[in-house]
Amino acid sequence: MKATATVPALSFRSRLPSFRHFATFLGVVIVGAAILIAIFAPYLTPHDPFAQNLNLRMIPPVWMDESMPEHLLGTDQLGRDYLSRLIYGARISLLIGVLTVVTSGLIGITLGIIGGFYGGRTDQFVMFLITCRLSIPLILVALTVVALVGSSLAVVILTLGLLLWDRFAVVARTTTMQVRNLDYIAAAQAAGASRIHILLREVLPNIANHLVVVATLEMALAILLEAALSFLGLGVPPPLPSWGLMIAEAKEYMFFSPWVIMTPGIALFVLVLGINLLGDGLRDLLKAGSRQ
Amino acid sequence: MTSFLLRRLWLAILVCLTVLVVSFILTRLSGDLAVSIAGPNASAADIAIIRKNFGLDRPLVVQFLDWAGHAARGDLGQSYLYHAPVWDLIRDRLPVTLTLGLTGLAIALSIGLPLGILAAMREGSAVDRGIMLVALFGQAMPGFWLGLILIVWFGLELQWLPISGVDTWQGYIMPGVVLAFSAIPALMRLTRSGMIDALAADYIRTARAKGLSRSKIVLKHALRNAAMPVVSIAAVQLGFMLGGSVVTESVFALPGVGYLAWESITKNDFPVVQAVVLFLAVIYIALTLLADMMNALLDPRLR
Amino acid sequence: MTASTPEPVLSVAGLRVSFRQTEAVRGVSLAVGRGETHCVVGESGCGKSISALSVMNLLPRGAIRTADHIRFQGQDLLKLSETQFARLRGDKIAMIFQEPMTSLNPAYTIGSQMSEVFERHRRATRRQAMDRAAELLARVGITAPGMRLGQYPHQLSGGLRQRVMIAMALMCDPELLIADEPTTALDVTVQAQILRLLQKLQQELGLALLLITHDFGVVARMAQRVSVMYAGEVIESGTAADLFAAPTHPYTRGLLECIPVPGQVAPGERLGSIPGAVPRIAPGFVGCGFRERCALATPECARAVPKRAAGGDHSYLCRLQPDWKRDAAA
Repeated sequence: MKATATVPALSFRSRLPSFRHFATFLGVVIVGAAILIAIFAPYLTPHDPFAQNLNLRMIPPVWMDESMPEHLLGTDQLGRDYLSRLIYGARISLLIGVLTVVTSGLIGITLGIIGGFYGGRTDQFVMFLITCRLSIPLILVALTVVALVGSSLAVVILTLGLLLWDRFAVVARTTTMQVRNLDYIAAAQAAGASRIHILLREVLPNIANHLVVVATLEMALAILLEAALSFLGLGVPPPLPSWGLMIAEAKEYMFFSPWVIMTPGIALFVLVLGINLLGDGLRDLLKAGSRQ
Repeated sequence: MTSFLLRRLWLAILVCLTVLVVSFILTRLSGDLAVSIAGPNASAADIAIIRKNFGLDRPLVVQFLDWAGHAARGDLGQSYLYHAPVWDLIRDRLPVTLTLGLTGLAIALSIGLPLGILAAMREGSAVDRGIMLVALFGQAMPGFWLGLILIVWFGLELQWLPISGVDTWQGYIMPGVVLAFSAIPALMRLTRSGMIDALAADYIRTARAKGLSRSKIVLKHALRNAAMPVVSIAAVQLGFMLGGSVVTESVFALPGVGYLAWESITKNDFPVVQAVVLFLAVIYIALTLLADMMNALLDPRLR
Repeated sequence: MTASTPEPVLSVAGLRVSFRQTEAVRGVSLAVGRGETHCVVGESGCGKSISALSVMNLLPRGAIRTADHIRFQGQDLLKLSETQFARLRGDKIAMIFQEPMTSLNPAYTIGSQMSEVFERHRRATRRQAMDRAAELLARVGITAPGMRLGQYPHQLSGGLRQRVMIAMALMCDPELLIADEPTTALDVTVQAQILRLLQKLQQELGLALLLITHDFGVVARMAQRVSVMYAGEVIESGTAADLFAAPTHPYTRGLLECIPVPGQVAPGERLGSIPGAVPRIAPGFVGCGFRERCALATPECARAVPKRAAGGDHSYLCRLQPDWKRDAAA
């Protein structure tokens, strides 16, 4: 007699308390804006983010004295327009976020589904792998890899992708275990479907909604980690306008011109906040949908 | 209970061994270690000498077994840079990192726990939502950026706290706050959900039927049962804080283990890097084991 | 109630509770005298547990309670603040619940949970409270009470746990004990023991006992007075003798006919049952809640239902005359 517990299906037609509505809406707006900015960056930037002008170094933003109107947010220590670099930075953050999540998602979801579906020794092994991964100090390992292999966008994405799969694995595993005993799985097996087919076409679609929530949260984490790595000099290499790198470069001048560390930091904070709001909103939708 | 702990211990040892392998492989990623050590200006002869001196010409498996054997006995090798035993270096810097971690944990607990309990008691109210908002903000905050802002504001503008170093205990406050920021959201959420579950339990209804005071019900009856997941996550967060100390220590220039690791990475001092990764992993594993033991103490049913 | 009977320990009139768009309790009135057992009996969902919780003011958040009065020893409980009420709970009014497994805190010893009531209400010391706890454990028939005090709930069986719950409820010598289905979750043999215990204690202590149950067997054994509830209303009430001798409301009759009596039911014969389920009453509902399942329902039942007397204290809520079954049987 198969169990009839259910993994709740995502339903968008549920009623949420209005505060949550607003928070999720804000998240959608922020993330949407970031995506648009990233895509249309070349059309939005007033200047070339890489163009240096050593005569115009450290110009303050418009709301302070001695500013220049054509550099709304001022310039950095090499005379590059801050606003343009900020806008292009969105590209880097989002690119890293998405590609890292794709990589770590592939690894984590595969491990989690296999462990959750087959159980027994296989599952124990998957749990063991997860424990090992959790024991490793994340930032140190990432720093070491980048230091040894070389600093580039691809290396950062790959490193983070190979490290951030644990939450995917855990969630995929638990949801797969819930789904495993449901009737339609038994029906598929009885109909002679191959294991791969069952995993891909029966299990995966039904746990996908939970994984989307994890994906948003992991994306936020990846963006923060890349910023930390770049800040320490072992992330995205200059002259790429990573927000973390911009903060590191600004650190030299922060006692004289504090504003230089503010803008990229605020950008990071707002983007990560938006992604988290979106993820929380999705999670609430899941819960509300399951009550029906 | 002893069988449970023995199994956990056995698992912990296996994980340690795996991390040993991982940290070894980590430092061999660049291919030829001798080249990295020698630096860009070395000649082929220099590289050959280095290779011989550090035993890098032996097969990889031999190198690994050598390293593993020594590590098991507590000998973590010799630092290229300082020409001193790695263990000594770690040991000297450990107090700073430990103090930092514990400070961060203390701050996180003293803010996260009460707020989580409050949010649970006022579930669904504006207070609850406000507190959850604080958690959200903490999650989105880049730690290193917060550190810089604190330095500028409290160190420079207000001049209340030292901007770097740990000559005085005040030097631990700002970095402690930065670390706490990373742990508070998880602690708050878990305390809140644990308390909500505990408050919905039947034995709380019994406690109310006995006419006990509100504070007694929440603090004695509910909290005790909500405490277990909180203990686990506190241990895990401490582990993360210690493992992630590298960022905070570099921002505030604190002479801790994280900073040591950071220096070693940038200066290609690989024995140190290898050893620190292993060391931090062992600490994390020990912390989770400790948390399991504490949970066994807290829940009489597990004994 | 005649003029010579003393004032009841508990008197509830016109209790109404609405909760999440449902009228869970719609005008319940009852009274429990000193040394008397009043059983409230009905199917799950009829509102009997909610009524009990209302007396103790232990309703879940979001429940709205109104009543003409809820009087305990002459004092109107409706007028009390939560702090004042908390002083009564555990002291003068005690309550025991259905699931002894989960009603005790797994993290603390029996002794600790029992003594805290006494310490709270009597300002006693730990020592005094523990002594009293041991005394009560012995009273409820638990051997080696000293050892039991140091044990944890998970180390005791269900029956023992319920005894502990009873002992705990008696710590401060309450005047009124409310028992919400105390034996439902227990084995049949243990049920009988617990009921016997309750009876004995009641006689010894002169307790007023409000006993909630769905089991007529319990009613037959324990009750002096009975209130039968359906869909939030007391549809029949009276002394136990009257009710069993002459059940008048179609629902009560139906319930009693459901009970198979050995010797009176032939093999293969269908057991009596009442088709359907207890309805959820939405606000604004008028008429008899039982009409959907009643074989004798007429359109008249959709209007206000009169309260009729079937003799003495025996009353019921139905349009039918008291002697309708005589006509029906004919």
